[in-house]
Amino acid sequence: MTAQRLVSLQNVSKTYPNGVKALENINLEICAGETLTLLGPSGCGKSTILRLIEGLAQPSGGEIFWHDQKIKNNLGAVFQEATLMPWASVFDNVYLPLRLQGHTLVQAKSAVEESLENVGLSSFARALPRELSGGMKMRCAIARALVTKPALILMDEPFAALDEVTRFQLNDDLIHLKEKLNATIIFVTHSVFESVFISTRIVVMSKMQGAIIENFEIDRSIRRDENFRLSQRYSELSRQASTALNHAMGLSRGK
Amino acid sequence: MKNIKEKNKILDLFIPCIVFVFALLAWEAIVSLKNIPIYILPPPSAIFTKLVEDRALLFNSLLVTLSVTLKALALATVSGAGLALLLAQSKAIERALLPFAIILQVTPIIAIAPLLLVYLEPAKAVLVCAFLVAFFPILSNTALGLASVDSGLRDLFELYHASAWQKLIYLRLPAALPQFLAGLRIGGGLSLIGAIVAELAAGAAGQGTGLAFRIVEAGFRLDIARMFAALTLISATGLFIYGLLALLTYYLLRNWHESARDQTE
Repeated sequence: MTAQRLVSLQNVSKTYPNGVKALENINLEICAGETLTLLGPSGCGKSTILRLIEGLAQPSGGEIFWHDQKIKNNLGAVFQEATLMPWASVFDNVYLPLRLQGHTLVQAKSAVEESLENVGLSSFARALPRELSGGMKMRCAIARALVTKPALILMDEPFAALDEVTRFQLNDDLIHLKEKLNATIIFVTHSVFESVFISTRIVVMSKMQGAIIENFEIDRSIRRDENFRLSQRYSELSRQASTALNHAMGLSRGK
Repeated sequence: MKNIKEKNKILDLFIPCIVFVFALLAWEAIVSLKNIPIYILPPPSAIFTKLVEDRALLFNSLLVTLSVTLKALALATVSGAGLALLLAQSKAIERALLPFAIILQVTPIIAIAPLLLVYLEPAKAVLVCAFLVAFFPILSNTALGLASVDSGLRDLFELYHASAWQKLIYLRLPAALPQFLAGLRIGGGLSLIGAIVAELAAGAAGQGTGLAFRIVEAGFRLDIARMFAALTLISATGLFIYGLLALLTYYLLRNWHESARDQTE
């Protein structure tokens, strides 16, 4: 059975006005149910791919083809920072996407509460962002991304600034949420271990070419839990991703 | 820990009060010991007596100055913030109005008080002068606040296809609030200065009943104690406006903005 394709990047290039070439001839397809990780050194264009898909930047060449416009119009996104409105409560921050779509508070209340419940922030609905820890702020950002029930969620190094323990916890939570909501995720990270743990496919990118140098699948049937983190398979996959990343960095340095 | 904090809070209040009272006592003592005549430097007690004696006259003038200052500030707030919003809507409007904004910024507006007195009756001239002085800081601070929205939040609103109106209401206005309030605090102080300077200019022409005019009038009569009494009331007016705006800032920002939170910790 072929998985339903959501979005295809066809020969996409991006050159910024200052002349920096971020991407060159990228071809990438994202299918329903995937957790696709973009792995690569800083500046290799991972975040640019997300911005192009989000519509926050336009490609200089090539095309981004949406197989279903409804998906394009209802994306979820989590940025590197939690990006919460500091003046609004956790509830109001999560309510924002629905509010912008024209839903009244009465219509949106149960969806917001459900989303907060999903990330374990129900008891913090009235709190302000400054009262939350780094991990809780990120949970709030995830709840906001999920509140419109998007089919595709784009996450740009969301856990990079968090400590290892919180990061592991949020990785676990993300796996559970993905299963529960049956969402498709595109995830950008620097971390080999994070990418192997959460992904069903890893795409390794190189800065030198602004291009994809490796693309490998991870069996979807593997249960992503603590046992997986300690397994031989996890080590093998980490080594494979690490070798590819080293290769990408070698290319970046011109080796 | 809590006790130490409370003790520190009391000390923070207590020490400046003691120093202030001590300074007044020293002033009183020096005037008395050196036999300085009251028409050169009146002691605090004489100033206080004057305040009580001339209360009807001085408080009437206080009301005039206070009312002009607050009216000017209200006008400056509405028009300064309004124009900032207009400027934020389009780069073309911003560019078109830029020369006026720059001229307003670099000209010491109080220098046009005599000119205003030529064109307008004194009461209106005082109001317009105070308004013009308070207007620019409110305009520029609000414009700066509206322009300095977090880029991540801007992206987020873009992602959810927010309309220009939604961006304004849910993002730009709340984000600009701290800067707007900073402009308002500066404008509050300046509107009093504008009102006083215009009153001084108008007072020289023999018009007006504000506090500044009382100073000029008392100066002509060598009633130095009344000059000080009027000056005390002007200081009190400044303190009142500053306190009012600081309180407003605190209540609007205390929960989320660092500038208001510093004062509570």
